[in-house]
Amino acid sequence: MNALVFLVLAALTIAAAVAVVTNRNPVYSALALVSTLALMSCFFVGLEAYLVWALQLVVYAGAIVVLFLFVIMLLNVQRDERALPGPGTVVAVAGGAGLLALGVALAAIRTPFAGMPAVGEGYGSPEHLAHRLFTDYLVPFEITSLLLLVAIVGAVVLGKRRI
Amino acid sequence: MVPISWYLVLSAVLFAIGVAGVLLRRNLIVMFMAIELMLNAVNLSFVAFARQLGNEDGQVIVFFVMAVAAAEAGVGLAIFIQLFRARETLNADEVTTLRW
Repeated sequence: MNALVFLVLAALTIAAAVAVVTNRNPVYSALALVSTLALMSCFFVGLEAYLVWALQLVVYAGAIVVLFLFVIMLLNVQRDERALPGPGTVVAVAGGAGLLALGVALAAIRTPFAGMPAVGEGYGSPEHLAHRLFTDYLVPFEITSLLLLVAIVGAVVLGKRRI
Repeated sequence: MVPISWYLVLSAVLFAIGVAGVLLRRNLIVMFMAIELMLNAVNLSFVAFARQLGNEDGQVIVFFVMAVAAAEAGVGLAIFIQLFRARETLNADEVTTLRW
């Protein structure tokens, strides 16, 4: 990925992420979350993770955010006038989060990584990932299907007034 | 070609924004969105390292993270609906029965 393209996309992504956190109206937060997730999918293309890019758009930006919007509208959540606590708390939390980001960023910058290697044909394609998923990662894959089944049953049980 | 450290820095910044969101906001749905933001920041790190190492293991892990996030969102939002039916609120400060 071109450095200039990366910087522009990164700035947009960070702005959208800040909008998720600071918007008073949860519907706007959800829309900012869609933008954040869609912008992040561009980085997956830059990293040649094409299946992850598609999954990011379909599962995250599609399904999960629609679920959020459904619940927000179902519950008729109002504008939150006291969305953020007092300025002292905001500054303290923002400073702490900034220090966290700075620490990790410094560690990443100071580690002498080699340049990214060239990857072969079909890297990140559905075919390659499916092969890994159904050979080396077969047991976690089956456990994931069990987890999703449990989550479906749990959500139905929780959502119904009377079983 | 952008080096991996740029991706890691971006991932760290997005994760920190998510942490700040969970700590600052009291609306449960917005806190949940901030958690999704953190999960996605980590996904970016996984994919960047997968590209750096030239294999696809990191991308497979992202697949599992997405499955867990979807399950979490489904169950969590069902809990919020029940909570709203019982207490008419989505403010984390007003739901403290389980706090010790």
